[in-house]
Amino acid sequence: MFILELGIQVYAIAPENPPGLEGRNFCLAILLVWEIMKNPKEINKYWRVGEPLVWVSGAALSLTLLSALTLLIVIMVNGLGVFWPAELQQLELKDGSRVIGIQTRTEKTADGSAFRNQYKIANRDLYGLDFRWIDEAQVQSVSTPAELMVLERIEYGDFFGRLQALRPRDRDEISAPTAEQLQVALQQVREEWQSLTELDAKLQDLSYRSEQLRLQLQKLDYQQVDPADSHRQALVAQKQTLEDEFGHLIKLQGERIKKVRQSTAIFVDASGREKEIVLADVVQVYLPNQMSKSAKILFYGDKILELLTGEPRESNTEGGLFPAIFGTVMLIFVMSLFSFPMGVIAAVYLREYAKEGLLVRIVRIAVNNLAGIPSIVYGIFGLGFFVYGIGHSIDVLFFPERLPTPTFGTGGLLWASLTLALLTVPVVIVSTEEALGAIPREMREGSYALGATKFQTLYRILLPMASPGIMTGLILAMARAAGEVAPLMITGVVKLAPTLPIDGHFPFFHLDRKFMHLGFHIYDIGFQSPNVEAAKPMVFVTALLLVLIVLVMSSVAIHLRNKMKKRYTFGTF
Amino acid sequence: MTTVTVKIDNPVIEVENLRFYYGDSRAIHGVDLRFPEKQVTALIGPSGCGKSTLLRCFNRMNDLVDGSRVEGKVLLGNENIYDKNTDIIELRRKVGMVFQKSNPFPKSIYENVIYGLRIAGENDKNLLDERVETSLKGAALWDEVKDRLHDSALGLSGGQMQRLCIARAIAVNPKVILMDEPCSALDPKSTARVEELIGELRENFTIIIVTHNMQQAARVSDYTAFLFEGNLIEFGLTERLFVKPRNKQTEDYITGRFG
Repeated sequence: MFILELGIQVYAIAPENPPGLEGRNFCLAILLVWEIMKNPKEINKYWRVGEPLVWVSGAALSLTLLSALTLLIVIMVNGLGVFWPAELQQLELKDGSRVIGIQTRTEKTADGSAFRNQYKIANRDLYGLDFRWIDEAQVQSVSTPAELMVLERIEYGDFFGRLQALRPRDRDEISAPTAEQLQVALQQVREEWQSLTELDAKLQDLSYRSEQLRLQLQKLDYQQVDPADSHRQALVAQKQTLEDEFGHLIKLQGERIKKVRQSTAIFVDASGREKEIVLADVVQVYLPNQMSKSAKILFYGDKILELLTGEPRESNTEGGLFPAIFGTVMLIFVMSLFSFPMGVIAAVYLREYAKEGLLVRIVRIAVNNLAGIPSIVYGIFGLGFFVYGIGHSIDVLFFPERLPTPTFGTGGLLWASLTLALLTVPVVIVSTEEALGAIPREMREGSYALGATKFQTLYRILLPMASPGIMTGLILAMARAAGEVAPLMITGVVKLAPTLPIDGHFPFFHLDRKFMHLGFHIYDIGFQSPNVEAAKPMVFVTALLLVLIVLVMSSVAIHLRNKMKKRYTFGTF
Repeated sequence: MTTVTVKIDNPVIEVENLRFYYGDSRAIHGVDLRFPEKQVTALIGPSGCGKSTLLRCFNRMNDLVDGSRVEGKVLLGNENIYDKNTDIIELRRKVGMVFQKSNPFPKSIYENVIYGLRIAGENDKNLLDERVETSLKGAALWDEVKDRLHDSALGLSGGQMQRLCIARAIAVNPKVILMDEPCSALDPKSTARVEELIGELRENFTIIIVTHNMQQAARVSDYTAFLFEGNLIEFGLTERLFVKPRNKQTEDYITGRFG
């Protein structure tokens, strides 16, 4: 023990090395070596007890935990702050110009003597850029005027500035209106817009129905039905009425949109430049400098809600992520539906039915190797086999009227799920095999001795007992599937899917549709966006969300597994 | 070379020139043996003499072992169980088994007892309830578990678990119960209870028990067969075999000179 203490002392002093103490450290080190040489048994005992191993394994564990924790913290710190309504600053620069912005970053200038700050200045349509670096030395004064507003717009990102005038439709211009007046006007526009979305839904339905009719007609053409056929004539007439109605509604929609868009407001930016903004393009207005803490919290909650339930806008860098969340969960779900039974049945065959031999060994090696193949290779396989092979055959057989437009012969949820199922099935097979192998022989014998068949033993005794292990496999498979992006990019994920894989049209569950995915979303907005700086907050938010989804799904599965474990494993004898 | 000192009429199980192979090596070299009805027969012998293997031949449990092979005949009521047409499921219902290590299934006590009936397709609640009660009473476990029939069987003590396994075996009403060292993992008190139980079961079932413990064989069995290196050395009434063994090897073994 003395040696250990000595060692710690040396170590504690060594990194600092204050001048004058090197000599002392040297002496201590010599002492340590001397002590070990004098009494080698002591150090032997130290090794024998195994203490270093405990330390090493402990260090390895804490390192793993630490890296996982760091990852979570970095994502959370960057992701959670995004929606907090930050203070809007107005800067007077020494050259006389004025800037309104939110401070986002700070760093030292090249010579290290001063700082420069990055500001989000928004107003992309006026300045072309959302962000600007300003040296602190250039700044004359900083203030936070209460009347500064943030406008979230459908296009061009946010607008920072002041309200100058309100131009409601059919009414006189209001100069110098209050923020409340603006909110009232916005509310009115929003209500009008609401009725437009109803119209939009109607239009979508009409277009869907007319497309179905077109396909039916084409099918009849394909079957070479006489144009004078009464059924065909009826379809044509039906289609005509639909199209007439569609045209009428489109015209109506156009007129209404025009009307709604007549309400505008005039805003000015920091330098006093006027900008007329159509109220219908404004998503939300708030005055961060006036907001109280509770108002900010409320605002934050609203933004989170929008994130979880809203549709994306501005090429995915703003708005909600609902389609991506839905697509991700759906993908994992459908993937599990394939990979779970497939893996379990394969493992049962390998472990319980197959005769141990060369072939089984080869199969097992192949299965294990499958887990090591790069995922993009799976993607290529999925594209070649599922999409072009099976998908195209399905199209030829069942949807010839739609060709050359592919239905299943293009990437979609089904093919992406199947590709991921192939990718994850080795994990399920290996863990199921291990779980089955770990069941004591007495259990099988006990069951057989009572006259059970192999199958009865399997599903009454073995599978329930193996279920915790099988669940572990499924958890690992799900986690892996949730993290995969590469194979999805070529088997069905898109940047923006117009429709969800589930909707009200028969058969309700459209596995052929393309879908959005959080992992791909990160890649897309983080690396493919024209305005990377503006998209960055969303990247962190999306990453955080993806991690959370995996966490939630795994927790549910782990909870289930623990329940099973309690039920099917032995207590102490 | 086999010394048989007793003649059995109307045997339940009759073994004729049984040879058993693990791959190429022969583990049992031609055994002829007849097991009397509603009696306890003990198989004794040193480790590796083939007594467990022999026992497992009677309900074809050895079929599960890869590369095993059986020659000769085992007749159960005039039918050779190694006949091609034998229904193994039916056979195992007639010949129940209790193992060395108690192996209750991870189910409730109730479900454990009726497992054999359930897999046979029996679902009549009244019959199952009745069978659970009679079986558990038969295994002297009823009083201890009647209030927690639907609790997990894994919560029972070691001795209770072994009695549950016995209850499970008798629930399907077999002719013969094979016991493979049923007490080797139990404490003395539980052992005593199981031994007592074997004495009671004798009234309704034929029991063949493998044991390492010669005192146990002497206590519970009516007949004893001594096996050595895959051969049946001596078979006779227990009292006689232990008191006056005819064969030199038997004598050496029961007097503790080897084994």
